[in-house]
Amino acid sequence: MDTTVDITVRLFAAYADAVGASHTTVRVPEPATVGTLRTALASLSSRLPPRPIIAVNAEYAGDEQRITERDEVAVIPPVSGG
Amino acid sequence: MHSHVGPEPIDVARITEMVMRAGNGGIATFIGTVRDFADGSAVVGMEYSAYLQMARKELAAIVAEAAAAAPETDIAAVHRIGELTVGDVSIAIAAGHAHRGPAFDACRYVIEEAKRRVPIWKREHYASGRSEWVVPPHAPTDAPAAAPPRGD
Repeated sequence: MDTTVDITVRLFAAYADAVGASHTTVRVPEPATVGTLRTALASLSSRLPPRPIIAVNAEYAGDEQRITERDEVAVIPPVSGG
Repeated sequence: MHSHVGPEPIDVARITEMVMRAGNGGIATFIGTVRDFADGSAVVGMEYSAYLQMARKELAAIVAEAAAAAPETDIAAVHRIGELTVGDVSIAIAAGHAHRGPAFDACRYVIEEAKRRVPIWKREHYASGRSEWVVPPHAPTDAPAAAPPRGD
């Protein structure tokens, strides 16, 4: 049986402009990981890169990391502080 | 150690005083300000936005890494966010150590890693009325297979 989970992601700066929102919900197949989220995000906007940088609970995260609907997930554009 | 990300104007003297103590014979500072040009366009202001919770955590981690690399180093780092005008201080870092070498090294480490890892984004406002998010020249647009390397 295929199950999915709805992950709410935070968007910032150019990505928030690209999607037109600072939050959005993405449906991801279980078991949800950063890798499967990246695949699901590709359908959100053609202006997001194919493999955007992801943070989970305010830490940079790799493809294998599991995510649940309780995690704070963010899509991080190339940073330009300083 | 001290680090902060927030909208308050940066008091450079105060940041410097935070790392001054009797044993610190060398104090290095880096001050970043809003410049009036970018890629040939006149810039009149800059908006800095952040993923605030993560930016504070990441800047604190960078300061801790720099301090761990050189024991007995005092470091203070503050990044401002919000609407800034030309000449405003956007970031100030001060590092104090008994000797200048570790002070310079710590200061350099914090600014370089902050520019690479702290989730802050700037949008330049041009004299023409246009505004654009800044894309750093060497920024990866795609994530590596693993999480971005930590500076260690």
